[in-house]
Amino acid sequence: MRLFSKKNKFRIAEGNLLVIVIVLMVILSFATKNFFTVNNMRNLVRQTSVNGIIALGMTFVIISGGIDLSVGSVVGVASIVVAKLLLAGTGIFPAIIIALLVCALLGTLNGLIIHYGKVPPFIATLGMMQAARGIVMLLSNARMIAGLPKSFTGFAQLVFLGFPSLFFVWFLVIVITFVLTTKTVFGRSIFAYGSNIEAARLSGINTAKVTISVYAMSGLLSGIAGILMTSRLGNGIPTAGQGYEMDAIASAVVGGASLSGGSGTIIGTVLGALLISLIQNGGNLLGINAFILQIIVGVLIVASVWYDQIRKTAKN
Amino acid sequence: METRPFLELKGISKQFPGVKALDNVDLAVYPGEVHALVGENGAGKSTIIKIIMGVYLEDEGTITINGEQVTISNVIEANRLGLAAVYQDLTLAADLSIGENFFMGQFPRKKNGLIDWNHVYAKTAETLKALNVDVDPRLRITELSPAMQEMVAIAKTVHKKSKLVIFDEPTALLSNEEVEILFEIIKKLKAGGISVIYISHRLEEIFTISDRVTVLKDGQHVKTLFVKDTNEDQLISYMVGRSLTDMYNIEHYPKGEELLRVEALNRGKTIKNISFSVKQGEIFGLFGLVGSGRTEVVRAIYGADPIDSGSVYLKGKQEVIKHPSKAISLGIGLLPEDRKHQGLALNQSINHNINLASYKAISRFNFVLGKKERQRSIDSVQRLKVKTPSIHQLVGNLSGGNQQKVIIAKWLCCESKLFIFDEPTVGIDVGAKQEIYKLIEQLTKEGHAVILISSYLPEVMGLADRIGVLHEGAMPHIVEREAFSEKTLLRYASGL
Repeated sequence: MRLFSKKNKFRIAEGNLLVIVIVLMVILSFATKNFFTVNNMRNLVRQTSVNGIIALGMTFVIISGGIDLSVGSVVGVASIVVAKLLLAGTGIFPAIIIALLVCALLGTLNGLIIHYGKVPPFIATLGMMQAARGIVMLLSNARMIAGLPKSFTGFAQLVFLGFPSLFFVWFLVIVITFVLTTKTVFGRSIFAYGSNIEAARLSGINTAKVTISVYAMSGLLSGIAGILMTSRLGNGIPTAGQGYEMDAIASAVVGGASLSGGSGTIIGTVLGALLISLIQNGGNLLGINAFILQIIVGVLIVASVWYDQIRKTAKN
Repeated sequence: METRPFLELKGISKQFPGVKALDNVDLAVYPGEVHALVGENGAGKSTIIKIIMGVYLEDEGTITINGEQVTISNVIEANRLGLAAVYQDLTLAADLSIGENFFMGQFPRKKNGLIDWNHVYAKTAETLKALNVDVDPRLRITELSPAMQEMVAIAKTVHKKSKLVIFDEPTALLSNEEVEILFEIIKKLKAGGISVIYISHRLEEIFTISDRVTVLKDGQHVKTLFVKDTNEDQLISYMVGRSLTDMYNIEHYPKGEELLRVEALNRGKTIKNISFSVKQGEIFGLFGLVGSGRTEVVRAIYGADPIDSGSVYLKGKQEVIKHPSKAISLGIGLLPEDRKHQGLALNQSINHNINLASYKAISRFNFVLGKKERQRSIDSVQRLKVKTPSIHQLVGNLSGGNQQKVIIAKWLCCESKLFIFDEPTVGIDVGAKQEIYKLIEQLTKEGHAVILISSYLPEVMGLADRIGVLHEGAMPHIVEREAFSEKTLLRYASGL
């Protein structure tokens, strides 16, 4: 009897997405000479890791029924803060920790404003997006910060067991967020909160804690992404992360997260992020105009949600 | 009654994947007739309404209006044919005025092309006045009470010159007085030759207001009767296929020690100096008109709303409850009035909802013990007879009665001692209602205490051991079971 069955964790939507990703990879490896090369694969993974990590933080926020538009600016904050600290002679480890704390703090501030100020997440994080970018420009005088120590910039170039180091960071984040969403009380609380905040509160869930945690986490993960990106590019870049909020939202949504809250999965978001990177990377290799690729990604976002709606309607 | 029906449905069938929602159903409604439609949830009432209003297209059968066969392909077409419906969730534009709602889509214009607002509001006022609805047509919908919004929605159908108006559970949100006003309006519609289809779970309303009644069961037409030729018992037996002589006939068990005592509770203007106590095994009823503060009192006790002053004792020990989590840890469970918006996470599974308030007990270091979680859900689903194929079913897909059972299961998993039921049977069909009453009986048998809020007198009188009657936030009277009478309770509720 199905009543007793364990829930099938791998959902149909994710299955479909996985098939699409694999098919696309197969097609690309036949259609282009350069796709299935070690270099391109590493490049693809490095590219995806940064967006992939931000998208996982975004997934938590979206499951909770919110949105975080400030992630791109927080990436910029991480980049400039860590670069400034390194130039000032701070050790690598303390510099990274401080930069991450600053980013987590900005996320916490988002959560506080949203919970206690009852400001809609869209507005609160839109404000943060502007303000944080302003801070970045002020700190850096809108100029790139070059001359970072080799020991810092070298990290992104490292390769372990054939995979670039960024991949391992991303993978670690995937594992942690997967466990958080599926195995913990905190994860259950976020889903309940995103599905119905009042019912969650009346069931004894500390809603302040949930709101603040998800935005703090989004800030922290954006910070990690920002530091990885800085290491990869070798410079502190004031415009770093501009527009990244859109890629992160797109990855989560293509992966099956619903902006009305209460649904979304880590695996889905990972596949969503991969798919978007594949389209961009593969398109470049095939020599497709970058603007056309942008159109394709736009269509993909709408089509995936449309398809999901059709499936839901058919089920009812 | 005239000889030719205004609306006639013949042999209507409608198939959905896996279920035959309607099977060869006939329905005829005459001009000036109030025709009641009754049946359990899932009997096919809403499907038939949706077919009449053009939301669904019938698979088989014919619809005629004034003898002419019609095809109703969408709601606009239905409106054009003079058909209108007042739904539970009202379809008014909340931020617009009453007048704008009435004239939406067809505003009268002055010669210069601008909207003739004087005409809009004068006409609207006229329609409202004719129905004795005393309200300023310039007010926005959000500024009206839910009851007044419903009156306005009804008046709008009159304004649209509808020939047939469908009422779907119109009294769910109304106080007794407002129900009277509603019935006056329906009588006016009737006098104007307008047909009415009236759907309600409250059978005595059907005997008050309607001329004929059609009983549906499992998508089939069971019987159409003149209400003067039948009675409640007979209708129920047609509806459920068995006779329920007394739904409220539950066992009352001996009371134990005092579990909850509330002293001099105050909150702004909504709660004024409320004191009462509840014993183990007791059902304490809270009765009052809509807006009398019943829900506010229990929310304050539960820590959902802050209080200005007052004290709450559990088993004689004073407790300060500032958040629901505290109430839950003290063994209080709240089953809110608005299940969908306050009681359940609708797009989450049964499994998740049942365990929602008690993950502490089935987790280690914040990690959920999945096996225990599922085991508890399975046990609860079987014990409470929740009808579902799987514990992973989304709660939003369950019927009202089964949703209520999931909430009860949630509190059973918390080992709650005090269950607060706020309007537990609103929108729940007869069969499920009785199951809920049996569950309440079972709770008291096990020594739990129950606070039961109901605006429905037979229910609260049938179940409660004592009833506290609220009027404008105060509760001067607590009536013992021996002294229950509709007259007394209503008098107290009206502040007399």
